[in-house]
Amino acid sequence: MKDRNHLFDVGISHTVNIIDKGTVDIPMLQILQPDGSAHSDADMPDISQDTAHKIFQTMHYIRVLDERMVGAQRQGRISFYLACSGEEASTVGSAAALSDNDMIMSQYREQGALAYRGYRTEQFMNQMFSNKLDPNKGRQMPIHYGDKALNFMTISSPLATQIPQAAGYAYGQKMAGNQAITICYFGEGAASEGDFHAGLNMAAVLSCPVIFFCRNNGYAISTPSSEQFCGDGIASRGLGYGIKTIRVDGNDVLAVYLATKKAREIALAENCPVLIEAMTYRLAAHSTSDDPSGYRSKEEEQKWREKDPVQRFENWMKSKGWINEEQHKQFIEQTRQEVLAQMKKAEQVDICAIDDLVNDVYDTPPWHLQEQLSQLKKHISLYPEAYPKTAGRIRHD
Amino acid sequence: MIKMNMLQAINSALITAMDDDEKVMVFGEDVGHFGGVFRATSNLQQKFGKARCFNTPLTEQGIIGFANGLASQGSVPVAEIQFGDYIFPAFDQIINETAKFRYRSGGQFTCGTLTIRTPYGGGIAGGLYHSQSPEAFFAHIPGMKVVIPRNPYQAKGLLLASIRDDNPVLFMEPKRLYRASVGEVPEEDYELPLGKADVVKEGEHITLLAWGAQVEVIEKAAEMAEKDGISCEIIDLRSILPWDAQTVSESVKKTGRLLINHEAPQTGGFASEISATVQERCFLYLESPITRVCGLDTPYPLAHEKEYMPDHLKTYEAIKRCVNF
Repeated sequence: MKDRNHLFDVGISHTVNIIDKGTVDIPMLQILQPDGSAHSDADMPDISQDTAHKIFQTMHYIRVLDERMVGAQRQGRISFYLACSGEEASTVGSAAALSDNDMIMSQYREQGALAYRGYRTEQFMNQMFSNKLDPNKGRQMPIHYGDKALNFMTISSPLATQIPQAAGYAYGQKMAGNQAITICYFGEGAASEGDFHAGLNMAAVLSCPVIFFCRNNGYAISTPSSEQFCGDGIASRGLGYGIKTIRVDGNDVLAVYLATKKAREIALAENCPVLIEAMTYRLAAHSTSDDPSGYRSKEEEQKWREKDPVQRFENWMKSKGWINEEQHKQFIEQTRQEVLAQMKKAEQVDICAIDDLVNDVYDTPPWHLQEQLSQLKKHISLYPEAYPKTAGRIRHD
Repeated sequence: MIKMNMLQAINSALITAMDDDEKVMVFGEDVGHFGGVFRATSNLQQKFGKARCFNTPLTEQGIIGFANGLASQGSVPVAEIQFGDYIFPAFDQIINETAKFRYRSGGQFTCGTLTIRTPYGGGIAGGLYHSQSPEAFFAHIPGMKVVIPRNPYQAKGLLLASIRDDNPVLFMEPKRLYRASVGEVPEEDYELPLGKADVVKEGEHITLLAWGAQVEVIEKAAEMAEKDGISCEIIDLRSILPWDAQTVSESVKKTGRLLINHEAPQTGGFASEISATVQERCFLYLESPITRVCGLDTPYPLAHEKEYMPDHLKTYEAIKRCVNF
């Protein structure tokens, strides 16, 4: 490829030649048709029955989890939740194409990737109920998961901040000689932030083995993508930064899997970033604080329900004879029961000790934090009834 | 020991750190082959290769975002922001990410190995955008350490300690001292403690407190005051966060008076925090109100730089007001 990054490398035109936004028209990789049958001429991924089954189960698992947790939020049991309905193929399909050593840096709608890595129901619950078993020690809102053992970076609320970080993380992996890459998930709304542009540019210039995975789900809270950016989606931005780019049907788990597998190989072999734009649709609300009926029609949602990624993959699995209906029903029922049981269990666990209010700000709490903590403990002891969650558990040093 | 200026001392610290630990990486705008606009990173790329010392695109938020990722991976990034004035595009990455990485993940992930170096301060005819002293913004952020050296010896010892500290450190270099301040610096590896103030000179009647390039300003004012028979205790704070309230309070309890000098605008400057803490701790020992000699509450000017600066003369007058209260 020729780099045209300076005067000497630029071709010359003698007529006014304005490039219109329509000149980039990036096609979308699709393997499965909406009915779940494969296109006859499609590149088929080499996918084992076991892997396909794990993908299938994970997609169903997070559907149950989402349904139950949205319900739990409505009952006032947790403060907040984000469902990923409609986008299961994007996150589960991509996670399935990775190695367990690869780092996942996610935005907040990638519970599918985390579940695929092996995050257990109990762990999801402890985080969401911010009890003392929450690895974040009750400091972040529900759905801000993170697990070092599973190479899943703790989620941060501010949008797009993980994008330049993913470039840096991948650079570190390369320098350490790890045979691993970083995948960085974000929505198309996040691609408007400065961090997106800074991160892609740095990853390209500094040769970082990172996959930037954009879930183009059509909405940034209530703002449709048509009001967020012009041009040929997010994929065209990758091209602008000199980044290898592919657009996939984000509701087609086989296409996502194949594209991510290929992207991973390239990132690792060539030490470079790859951008994947997955075209999908956020069937769910943005969050439990959001009501999509205020900004989009039922008809529009219905149109996308017909492209349901879970049903599409289920149909393909059936055509292969890889589903046992009875076992599947049992799995769904077991999952429902497990979610309910773990939820009840997590609700009963205490919050962290008051000392965790000042721990982890620094490697050890400096004098001013120690002083503030000891003043706080004295105060709580003075008014124990006002601080019922901690009053009985204070230890005076 | 050999004589070095502050830039040479910083360069020596970076070489020492990179020799000592191959995970240390130095990067920022123009820091590669060129060695940085002030040449603090001279010869690093030649010595350690392009993979460990490199130029970045012109994006401060990108530099710090990238550095956060590197640090959380276990590398030891030393990221340069070319001027303190230009750290603000990276503000979100520093405030919301660098400083909170460990806390938000319950200690699972951290940016503790990150050091951000940036030149700051005026006195070099830099005008609005090459003269700011933004330390107070970062003093408000739990999770960061903020460190400022006053001479070459401190620059090397504090920078090495910052790079090796298990917390993210913002290391602010007083750029008017880069070449002006020359002193003896050990060639070998050494560290100076973070969070610890340095009592530069003991005295009886008033405590003068400053950091960075302003330490020599209060030293000069103290010399004038001594001729009037006023004995000044001089303290260099060295670390803005966490800061050494104990050393400062002990000194104020002894002298009964405190004057704080900083270049940044007065309102909401770090002197405000110090005065509040010292009056809480030393109220009954104070002989006069705590006095601040600071920059004006204006952006930093070019033509009126001398007038703007909290110089030795303004400090000298404030000392007299304090002692004669």
